[in-house]
Amino acid sequence: MHDFAIALPEIFLAVAAMALLMIGVFQKPGSDMGLVSWLSILSLAVALVLVVTGEGDNVSFAGLFVVDPFARFAKVLILIGSAAAIVLSQGFVRREGMNRFEYPVLILIATLGMLMMVSANDLISLYMGIELQSLPLYVLAAFKRDSTRTTEAGLKYFVLGALSSGMLLYGCSMIYGFTGSTTFGDIASVMQGQDKAGIGLIIGIVFLSAGLAFKVSAVPFHMWTPDVYEGAPSPVTAFFATAPKVAALAMFLRAMLEPFGGMEADWRQIIWLISVLSMLLGAFAAIGQHNIKRLMAYSSIGHVGYALVGLTAATSEGVRGVLVYLTIYLVMNIGTFACILAMRRGDRMVESIDDLRGLAKTHKGMAMALAIFMFSLAGVPPLAGFFGKFYVFMAAINAGLYYLAVIGVLASVVGAFYYLRIIKIMYFDEPTEPLSKPIGAELGALMAITAFLTAAFFVVPGILVDGAAVAAGSLFP
Amino acid sequence: MFAFPLLSIVTFAPLVGALIILLFVRGDDADAQKNVRWGALFATTGTFLLSLIIWGRFEYGTAELQMVEEVEWIGTGIDYRMGIDGISLPLVLLTTFLMPLCILASWEAIKVRVKEYMIAFLLMETLMIGVFCAQDLLLFYLFFEAGLIPMFLIIGIWGGGRRIYASFKFFLYTLLGSVLMLLAILWIYFDAGTTSIPALTAQAIDPDKAIPANIQSWLWLAFFASFAVKMPMWPVHTWLPDAHVEAPTAGSVILAGVLLKMGGYGFIRFSLPMFPIASMDFAPLIFGLSVVAVIYTSLVALVQEDMKKLIAYSSVAHMGFVTIGLFTFNVQGIEGAMFVMLAHGLISGALFLCVGVVYDRLHTREIARYGGLVERMPRYAFVFMLMTMASVGLPGTAGFVGEFLVIVGAFEANTWVALLMTTGVILGAAYALLLYRRVVFGKLEKEDLKAMTDLSPREILIFAPIAVAVIWLGVYPSSFLDIMEPSITYLVEHHNAAIALDVAMQPAGAETLGAAKH
Repeated sequence: MHDFAIALPEIFLAVAAMALLMIGVFQKPGSDMGLVSWLSILSLAVALVLVVTGEGDNVSFAGLFVVDPFARFAKVLILIGSAAAIVLSQGFVRREGMNRFEYPVLILIATLGMLMMVSANDLISLYMGIELQSLPLYVLAAFKRDSTRTTEAGLKYFVLGALSSGMLLYGCSMIYGFTGSTTFGDIASVMQGQDKAGIGLIIGIVFLSAGLAFKVSAVPFHMWTPDVYEGAPSPVTAFFATAPKVAALAMFLRAMLEPFGGMEADWRQIIWLISVLSMLLGAFAAIGQHNIKRLMAYSSIGHVGYALVGLTAATSEGVRGVLVYLTIYLVMNIGTFACILAMRRGDRMVESIDDLRGLAKTHKGMAMALAIFMFSLAGVPPLAGFFGKFYVFMAAINAGLYYLAVIGVLASVVGAFYYLRIIKIMYFDEPTEPLSKPIGAELGALMAITAFLTAAFFVVPGILVDGAAVAAGSLFP
Repeated sequence: MFAFPLLSIVTFAPLVGALIILLFVRGDDADAQKNVRWGALFATTGTFLLSLIIWGRFEYGTAELQMVEEVEWIGTGIDYRMGIDGISLPLVLLTTFLMPLCILASWEAIKVRVKEYMIAFLLMETLMIGVFCAQDLLLFYLFFEAGLIPMFLIIGIWGGGRRIYASFKFFLYTLLGSVLMLLAILWIYFDAGTTSIPALTAQAIDPDKAIPANIQSWLWLAFFASFAVKMPMWPVHTWLPDAHVEAPTAGSVILAGVLLKMGGYGFIRFSLPMFPIASMDFAPLIFGLSVVAVIYTSLVALVQEDMKKLIAYSSVAHMGFVTIGLFTFNVQGIEGAMFVMLAHGLISGALFLCVGVVYDRLHTREIARYGGLVERMPRYAFVFMLMTMASVGLPGTAGFVGEFLVIVGAFEANTWVALLMTTGVILGAAYALLLYRRVVFGKLEKEDLKAMTDLSPREILIFAPIAVAVIWLGVYPSSFLDIMEPSITYLVEHHNAAIALDVAMQPAGAETLGAAKH
């Protein structure tokens, strides 16, 4: 019954993380983390190959662990996101005194947790994945030990994360109590034939979704996001905004649709409300921000709202929309954070939006890339971000969720304002004190690649959309 | 059908030009700027010549789509579809005709970031031509919306004093209108399984597939939100004066000349044929708003102190004629509306260029700062007079034909509308002539005006083609009316068939009511 082969990428990653830890330990004290970083990226790449070449649609470990096209799709995104996050960090960690080999290893372990999350087929393994992911993230958030700001961010993240885990566990125990199982498939079969869920189960679902909403930072469980995004070291913020977001949303989709797929009428209103509130808060609260990382935090809250539109639809189209959205969001965010990490004067990082003043005159390429990301995040066609919204709203319209769609597009107009403000500052204002050059080869390369993907996506959107459709299909047997 | 994708070539030729400038011109010195200017002029002129080939190969006398291209794009009903008919062709020609003139008009006026400026304009041209050639709803939406990006930058970077306010207002206003249209497009796609414009048009007269009247109303309103803002119709026109005033001269020309036509084109391409019943039902709303626009904005134009603002308000008034003409549902009215769009594209473009000429010399647009220019600038006075007369609608100029046809059409549809609209024509004469008198006639008293030089050869080169076109359209309108006629006749027949179908499908009791209504 125990088919270890289907968990090969996870097993490989676990072994690799431990091996790299050993390498790090036996290096000379104080030596550069470059070697471990590149080996970590290599491990992620190998894991990626293993994920892609792994076969079939399998459940193993007594139903705890599942590998299907959906999991595979999400895993590819997670591995790419994590690798990009390590690349992004290189310049920063050296300048900011975070040059320790634990850094890439922690990212590897968190990535392993994320892979578990998207493959979890049972509430227990789901929780295990979440915790395996969260603990390294707490450490990463506080990685710059001597800075009070990041320590505060780490602590805040830890306390609120623990609280959300508690709620999640409480929800799981309620669900177990009222259905007699923790496996998604068994819960679904218990629910089959019943036209209405009992109140106990509903309370369980509410707590479960509250815990999951915490992890994806959806309103009203978003409070930690701006503080943690602002406080954590920038490359760690970049990591938070990419791979864990994808993992948490993918897990959210599976945990709602597989066990409770037949009873979306009971939980749809919850997700509907979370989605609407996230879109609105993301749009309005970001307007007043001056710190670009904080702004990106609110932006991410808004984007989670859009992604949840697809979940509210609770159809295969909706899941397709979410997956397309996540892919595009991942690419845009990697690019945007590459730009944010390139913002420095001398050795000092700057984070204020006003520091971008006149960027179009001093750093033409970077300004153009950032402008592309901002227009794309705002959802202006023909850039990739538009297609992300297009597919989730398509699902919403097909599911008859007209109000949700109308509120969503109106919120996107409000949101467009603050993205435009960044473009205005870069292009319309005169430079005051220019940012330093050069921006670093790895950042420049990431910017160029992601900007190109964002701008040229509309030429062949079919590749991604078809892949996402296959992946989404596996949640709806 | 066509092995040679002429439409795509014309559409993307400016984009290729923009990419070449982006990749191959380095530096920001005088030489590089010169290269950029010549490159952009070359690209736009080449596009114009290519678009003449489209005209040459265009088959008159049929309402069928021509030069159709279809390539798989997103799949499942959303594909890359291009094609033109008698409604798109004149607008494509208008766009390609105006673009080289815009580049010439920016030759000396734009001194900073020339490279970015020209790239933005070339990008804009691709998107504008694309809007008129797209035969797929989503493709149309992409072109339609993407135009916001370059225009936002053009206003915001090279605009006047309040450019930032104007650019944000322009962007957000237009975006707000369009996102609702996007939802309607999604609904249509969900309903029909395709976004092909010809297929959706055909659906309106298919008894099995026609969209029910109550849903048509919602969809119509969603499209209306977008086109009314773009048009712009009263009361959502307020972005236009700001955008016009702050944009650089060539930006204003593009705004007035082409961007505003996208709204009218949208009505004629989508609202009328796809939602015929809703269009019929909402016609009084359109008439009401348009009449208010014609009279109110003409009155507002009378009291403007800023030349560009005056012309901007006159644009809103002229667009009122267009919307009235479109919703008369008769051939004269719609033809007139199309013709007003063409004529206005040329005339208001030329008027903005006229403002640009004196603005380049004196750096003010305040009407009171001018006066008596005829003494120093006779050639300028002549051009300005020609355009003023055309704007007033003097017979023999382009302005007359369209307005006349619209009035004829409106009389057929609703006498009151026609009557009120005609007062707008009188007011139009008042503000245009007043502007001309205050700027060009009178005594040349101000010292700095005495040093003004007349049109340079470059400026003559800009105005000459427009002047020729304005008179050509006025004297021999058939050369363009013949292009439009079959498509518009078909549109009207299509509309009548759809209405007849609706009447036939109503339950027996309601039939008399429905028949009486239409």
